Amino acid sequence: MLNIVHMTVNGKEVELAVDPRESLVETLREKLNLTSVKRGCGVGECGACTVLIDGVAIDACLYLTMWAEGKHILTTEGLKSPTGELTPIQQAFIDEAAVQCGFCTPGLIMTGVELVESGRKYTREELRKLISGHLCRCTGYENILNAIEKVVGVDS
Amino acid sequence: MYDISNYFEARSVEDAIRLLQEHEDAEIISGGTDVLVKLRSGKGAGETLVSIHEIPELHGVDRLLDGTLVLGPATCFTDLTNDPIIQECIPYLGEAVDTVGGPQIRNMGTIGGNVCNGATSADSAATMQTLNAIVVLQGPDGTREVPVTEFYTGPGRTVREHAEVCIAFLIRPEDYQGFTGCYMKYGKRASMEIATLGCCVRVKLSEDKKTIEEARIGYGVAAPTPIRCRNTEALLAGKSVDDPQIYDLIGEHVLEEVNPRSSWRASKEFRMQLISELAKRALKEAIARGKDGGKDA
Amino acid sequence: METVGKSFKRVDAWGKVTGEAKYTNDLMPKDCLQAKVVRSTIANGLVKSIDISEAEKVPGVVKILTCFDVPDLQFPTAGHPWSVEAAHQDVPDRKLLNARVRQWGDEIAAIVAVDNVAAERAARLVKVEYEEYEPIVTVEQALAPGATPLHPDIRKDNIFVHSSMKTSPDFNYDEAKKKAIEKYGEENLIEICDTYRTPRISHCHIELCTSWAYVDTNGKVTVVASTQIPHIMRRVISQALGWPVGKVRVIKPYIGGGFGNKQDVLDEPLNAWLSIQCGGRPVCLELSREECIAMTRTRHAAKGVLRALATKDGKLLAREGFIYTNKGAYASHGHAVTAGMATNFKDIFHEEYGCQSDAFSVYTTSAVAGAMRAYGVPQAAFLADALADDICYKGGFDPLKFRMDNCVPPGFVASNGITYYSYSLKECMKRGAEHIHWDEKRKEYANQTGPVRRGVGMSIFMYKVGVHPISLETSSARMILNQDGSIQVELSATEIGQGADTVFSQMASETTGITMDRVFIISTQDTDVAPFDTGAYASRQSFVTGKAVKKCALELRARILDYASYMLGRPAEELMIYQNNICEKIHTGDGAPAPDTADREKNAAEKLKEKLALGGAYIDNTRNDGSKGESEIYKDFLDGNIKEYDIHDLPNGEASILRDTGVEKDVKPGKVLLSMEELAMNAFYSLDRSEHITAEVTSHCKENTFASGCCFVDLEVDMPLGKVKINNIVNVHDSGTLLNPQLAEAQVHGGMAMGLGYGLTEELLYNDKGMPLNDNLLDFKIPTAMDVPELNVEFIQMDDPMGPYGNKALGEPPAIPVAPAIRNAILHATGVSMKEIPMTQQKLVAAFKEAGLI
Repeated sequence: MLNIVHMTVNGKEVELAVDPRESLVETLREKLNLTSVKRGCGVGECGACTVLIDGVAIDACLYLTMWAEGKHILTTEGLKSPTGELTPIQQAFIDEAAVQCGFCTPGLIMTGVELVESGRKYTREELRKLISGHLCRCTGYENILNAIEKVVGVDS
Repeated sequence: MYDISNYFEARSVEDAIRLLQEHEDAEIISGGTDVLVKLRSGKGAGETLVSIHEIPELHGVDRLLDGTLVLGPATCFTDLTNDPIIQECIPYLGEAVDTVGGPQIRNMGTIGGNVCNGATSADSAATMQTLNAIVVLQGPDGTREVPVTEFYTGPGRTVREHAEVCIAFLIRPEDYQGFTGCYMKYGKRASMEIATLGCCVRVKLSEDKKTIEEARIGYGVAAPTPIRCRNTEALLAGKSVDDPQIYDLIGEHVLEEVNPRSSWRASKEFRMQLISELAKRALKEAIARGKDGGKDA
Repeated sequence: METVGKSFKRVDAWGKVTGEAKYTNDLMPKDCLQAKVVRSTIANGLVKSIDISEAEKVPGVVKILTCFDVPDLQFPTAGHPWSVEAAHQDVPDRKLLNARVRQWGDEIAAIVAVDNVAAERAARLVKVEYEEYEPIVTVEQALAPGATPLHPDIRKDNIFVHSSMKTSPDFNYDEAKKKAIEKYGEENLIEICDTYRTPRISHCHIELCTSWAYVDTNGKVTVVASTQIPHIMRRVISQALGWPVGKVRVIKPYIGGGFGNKQDVLDEPLNAWLSIQCGGRPVCLELSREECIAMTRTRHAAKGVLRALATKDGKLLAREGFIYTNKGAYASHGHAVTAGMATNFKDIFHEEYGCQSDAFSVYTTSAVAGAMRAYGVPQAAFLADALADDICYKGGFDPLKFRMDNCVPPGFVASNGITYYSYSLKECMKRGAEHIHWDEKRKEYANQTGPVRRGVGMSIFMYKVGVHPISLETSSARMILNQDGSIQVELSATEIGQGADTVFSQMASETTGITMDRVFIISTQDTDVAPFDTGAYASRQSFVTGKAVKKCALELRARILDYASYMLGRPAEELMIYQNNICEKIHTGDGAPAPDTADREKNAAEKLKEKLALGGAYIDNTRNDGSKGESEIYKDFLDGNIKEYDIHDLPNGEASILRDTGVEKDVKPGKVLLSMEELAMNAFYSLDRSEHITAEVTSHCKENTFASGCCFVDLEVDMPLGKVKINNIVNVHDSGTLLNPQLAEAQVHGGMAMGLGYGLTEELLYNDKGMPLNDNLLDFKIPTAMDVPELNVEFIQMDDPMGPYGNKALGEPPAIPVAPAIRNAILHATGVSMKEIPMTQQKLVAAFKEAGLI
């Protein structure tokens, strides 16, 4: 009982035979080898599987792949420029030591990219709320906030 | 993978109703943030899903000529919060649903699911109660309107029949115009939280902003279903906004109208404390917003 | 130092921000089968029979195995080095699957299927017949007369171990009290007797516990696992399967956090066995979040029945602690955590008469308690610091002054010989107090009224580095020179997020003279290839493995210089490596030639021996006469005299090379003679002398020291809602020389957030049937970004003579002091003394009501 789903993943059109029981996190990881999309809970409580769908951050574990028909999906693998340069958010994560074990990192970077794309600037308190759908046990969020603030903070 | 035996993507409300009729084991899925979590836990494993995720007419917020607000049930929380009509007319509903889970969940979860899952802890519940929201259900035999205050029949249970689809929430102008309000969610942390208690207090002040003409008090988790505290509301009507005793009044009288239970998440005693304290604070904030020009409506 | 001490960016940052760093499940082959553990639905009992006939019919099921199929072998799981002494070996108290059910969710069968849906469906169809016993969820239930012993083959009752420690053999609290009454008069004494509790919590690393296993073509069972301890895991799998160690291989890729949970061997032996039972096909066993929280390991819940006696002018006279921990269903780390807790409780404060500290590890039918960040010390710190502030509150003392007067003194030597070398605990307190404006705030917040009140509080801790001398500390390192003059560094110490790979690279660069961009550390550990190390725990790696890295780098450097000497025709002593070049070594200073290493070692050892000959003065002498005199040797440390030493001889160890960082003193690089690349190309391909320059060493570490620090908090309590808002918080750490200040600070941030959750919200709950209630990330409340305040971090850097680069522990300590500091600040704000953490809103409201505050 496979269905064909057409979607654009990291700028590339793909056509996949999908089991309707699949969540997007499974399709991206297992069929497209996009393993930056991490699974930490399976129920939308940790944010490790965050990807952008048509520019909006969602938990890929709670998203049926069937819904992705016609959608644009962006994962961390899709961020690097063709020549390998990092986005400002990625570079800020490195520079601000916002990375430790790295497991929540790709998801948080996707939320960071969503914020950059909004074209807005944010206060630190706004940023706390906007990243609060990601759990991180290593960093206390301090340097993650510093990194994101560096790119989209009101004073930058 | 989710343990489902059939999956159907409904193209229209009628299509969804037909699919629900055809499959007795079917469940509606919209945003998925509740249904998929339940499926993963093993509850409902092997059932059929009828998705209304891709039905465009169920999305968005509208205002009819008579001022009635029409909320599409498949509108996700983020869209609701950011909707200009919501921001203009009932910003406290936008604030309420802006406390659901975290940002990613709010980008998926819908107001329809929040109400139709029948949970007393739903963050929209207290506010929808005070708005006298009307749930519009469409089924094989046509459409019916049920006030949200009569929608719940018990924890996780509502009057919605198996083959009925919620197609809109209506909010009448008399239920929002002239009101200001405030929703206070109480949780153990500031995000990614299920409400220990939710309290919405809304007031309509006299033109001189000195008197409470009408007050509405709604709660989530203060009883097995979302509730209103109509007796206390009546006691507040006509009171001066500057009367310091109104806070004791609300704090004491709501306790007679609630019925919270003890669970490992919170004791009844603790919830009673919150019910009283949050009512005072929400009333204060609602009045402050009313005095502030009542620009809400 | 050139490289150590500088904030280099993480060597794994690029891979992690691009999402290209591979973790265990990212490497899983496409044809991997999925395993699911069938778990008991009772907490205590016996599996009488299992019917798998319906489950087997589920399409996609490959194999179902039960507790009646497993090898009859019991094995230990602790991430400890093995002990060659039987008495010190970890207790083997479980099999791969167990018929004797000792916790809700105990592992009684396993399903292997083509996908998770088939495995889960089959698991639901397994029918189990039990003989059911009463659940034993709490320590009190486990110790009650007539309670069923959970491991009758190992212990006659549920007390796993009871140990007792005293500052001196004849110390007795009641006797001390009598003496104190005689000396000071009863009216001049203050006593606190109370019971304090800390919760069972989950590590909540964001990566789940996961592994996948297959049998390789050479017959080795190979397990790719998310672990902190690959070499230990290999040994345990061998014990569990009854296979020789050489036929077991463990591979550890990047891991998404461990915090001690992965310092235990979890389901990896079962995973290996399942693969073997499926003909060697790859099988993945990823636990769900629920399983990770309640069915792997937890931090021990502790109950402390405590007493303390002080004079009315704030002198601590005697303490006593009876500490009971809930071990859960299996031994895991045995008594080590509880014993560590009791020791730490005893050592952090010093009394005129002394302290007795008893530790009881108790089996119960609940989640297994094992290692978690700071290994018993967070509990000890809460017990000791809550008790301390209760004394202060009762006696009206300033908690800061009380700690200054009564905390562990400089030069402290523990009963097992661990010496507190670079002491800056008091300096940390001073700095923390300045940051929080202690004196002003204590005054400002006195005599508040109203529902919202503010307070400041503090807490201190000390933490020993690594496990010597309680257990073995050993580590190996390997370095390989490439043709371009770059090097690989290979270790089995593991990067688990703490930044180990980065600081090891810095150490290698520092000592070899090869720049950071040419040092390539191999992050993946493969036990077939990587040299032995026991792994990431006890905040040991930068200290213990750091010594191996240094020793290896010195050896590699010597070989490089030896080859350079051959190429240049000059003695190696005249050469040095500086920034990827062989340079002339120029002596500065007095112009005298530098003594060679052997001479320096000898001189330093003699100098230290002189100091040690001071004998009693070296050891803290406060206990007998109550004086606070700092020992001579400590003065020397403070005066900086001892920094002159490059090398030390140790009181309880053999002579070791410790403080030669590889950067020789009084020398500088002169003329560049040869590039490393030219040298390496010659070494590889010379027709005259081909030599592949490598170094591999084992470093047996027999040294130890203490790290310490404190936390200061300024907070606001909204009493009617039981809400605590942190307005200002700072951790100050005494961790020796910082290897990488930016990463050090980041490490502290994470620990502080963890401490915040420990103090306020985190607690794994059970119902009376022994079933876990909140085993998911929604109901188990680790802090979100909105719950954490701005985190302030300061360090007092003092070179520690034991650390390979002056460094000492920092990995775990940040998590220790936050919870008690919050607790003490709430006491200051409200006068309410909370006896347990987490101080949930509900508990606070109840306490404020009881106190008549709301």
